[in-house]
Amino acid sequence: MLKHIQAQTITDNVARLCQEANYCLGKDVLTLLLKAKEEEYSPLGKEVLQQVLENARIAREELVPLCQDTGMTVIFVELGQQVCIVGGDFTKAINEGVRYGYKEGYLRMSVVEHPFKRKNTNDNTPAVIHVEIVPGDKLKIIVFPKGFGGENFSGLKMLLPGEGKRGVKKFILQQVKLAGSNPCPPIIVGVGIGGTFEKSALLAKKALLRKVGEPNPLREIAALEKELLQDINSLGFGPQGLGGSITALAVHIEIYPCHMASLPVAVNINCFAHRQKEVIL
Amino acid sequence: MILLTPTKLYTPLTDEAIEKLRVGQRVLLNGVVLTARDAAHKKLNKLLELGVKLPFSLQGTVIYYVAPTPAKPGQVIGSAGPTTSSRMDIYTPRLLALGIKGTIGHGKRSHQVVRSLKKYKSVYFIAVGGTAALITKSIKASRVIAFPELGPEAIHELIVENFPIIVANDIFGGDIYEEGWKRYALKS
Repeated sequence: MLKHIQAQTITDNVARLCQEANYCLGKDVLTLLLKAKEEEYSPLGKEVLQQVLENARIAREELVPLCQDTGMTVIFVELGQQVCIVGGDFTKAINEGVRYGYKEGYLRMSVVEHPFKRKNTNDNTPAVIHVEIVPGDKLKIIVFPKGFGGENFSGLKMLLPGEGKRGVKKFILQQVKLAGSNPCPPIIVGVGIGGTFEKSALLAKKALLRKVGEPNPLREIAALEKELLQDINSLGFGPQGLGGSITALAVHIEIYPCHMASLPVAVNINCFAHRQKEVIL
Repeated sequence: MILLTPTKLYTPLTDEAIEKLRVGQRVLLNGVVLTARDAAHKKLNKLLELGVKLPFSLQGTVIYYVAPTPAKPGQVIGSAGPTTSSRMDIYTPRLLALGIKGTIGHGKRSHQVVRSLKKYKSVYFIAVGGTAALITKSIKASRVIAFPELGPEAIHELIVENFPIIVANDIFGGDIYEEGWKRYALKS
C-alpha cells in the first residue's frame, strides 16, 4: 500500500520548520547551556552564557532569529519506501519551502549562486538536501540551518590505519584548537570516523543531529566522546573563546566500516546556536 | 584585569577615550556605527587600490562586522549580531590607517591586526556572537549609506544606544584571548 504525500505539504512543513529552528533553540541545548553557566569557572564566561540564555528567551518570545546567520539550510530526509510524493517535484517542493520560510520569516538570505561570482540568490536556496530511503510509510524531514562560523572551521583527514584512536583524537583536538574563538564557543562537535572521504563528512554532520549530549550507544565510542569533551574543555578557550572551562557542550561521534587501507576522520563544528527542527509525515 | 562596571563611550571615539580602555573592560557604546563585512571590505579595498575616494570618511569611525536579518514590520533592524572578525583581517590594517578608531566583531584577530591596532591607536571590541536578538535592542536607527547592491552586506549607518561590547584588544597590545586561555587552560 502506497501512502501519498502532497508536495505542497512538504513545502509548508519545510517553511514552518525553517522559522521555528531559527527562533527557538532546542530544550536539549538550553539545558546544557544552563548547566554550563552553573559550572563555568570564569566570571566573564558566566556573564556571556547569561547573555546567551537571555538572547534565546527574547528570540523565542518575540519570534525573531536567535542569530543573524540564519544559515545555509541543510535538510535531512528519511523517505519511507512506501511513500509516494504527488502533486509536484520533491526537490523543488523542499526548495520552495526554504524560499517561502526565509522570506516570510524575515530570515537572512545568505546563499550566493556561484563560489567566485558570489551573487546572492536572494531566497536562501538551494538547500543542501540529503535523502535516505528507509522501510515504512513515513516521511521524516529534519531542517538544520547551518551557521558558517562553525562550518568554516570544520575539517577532514584521511589517517593511516596505524594511527588508530590516538591519531583520531589528535586530529579532532587540532581542529578544535584551529577553530579557537572563531566558531562561537561553547561548540558542539560532530565527528565521523570511517567510511570513505565523503561518508566520513556526512557522518560528522549526522552526528550533530543527535539530541545534544546524548552518548553514542556503543560503550567504547561513548567513552571516546567523554574523553574528548574533557580534553577540549581543558584547552581553556571557554565561552566565546574569552577564557574558561566550558569550550564544548558535547562531542558526538558516529562510526562506519571502512577500507582496510584507511581511517578517515571528519570534524564538523557547530556553535551553541544549534538549530534543528523535524517533522514526521 | 576585568572591570565589571561598564563604561559609556560616545562616537566619534577620541584618542583620549581610547587610551583609557584596557582588555576586558565592558563598554556601552553610543552614537554612530558603520556596518561592513566580507563583500563591503572587498569593495572598499578595491576602491583604495584604484585610488578612488571612498564614498564616506573613515576618520574616527567604529566599524561593526555584521549583516543583519531583514527587519520585521515595526523593527528598526532585524537580528544583528557580530560575525567572525578573522575573515576581515587581511583588509583591516589598511583601513585602520584611514582613521578607524574601533572595530566590533567576534573572535581573535591576527598578529598583523593586533600590531596595527597599536600603531594606529584603534581598539578591537567584541560583542557576544550568537546573541543577535538581544544586541538588536540597542540599535535605534539604520540606513544604507553605500553599496546597496550588497543586500544584507551593504554598508549601513546605525545609531546605537548602550550597545554592549567588551574590549578585546587595547592599544597597548593586550589581547583578551591570549590572557584568558593562559588563565584557564589545564596542563595535561
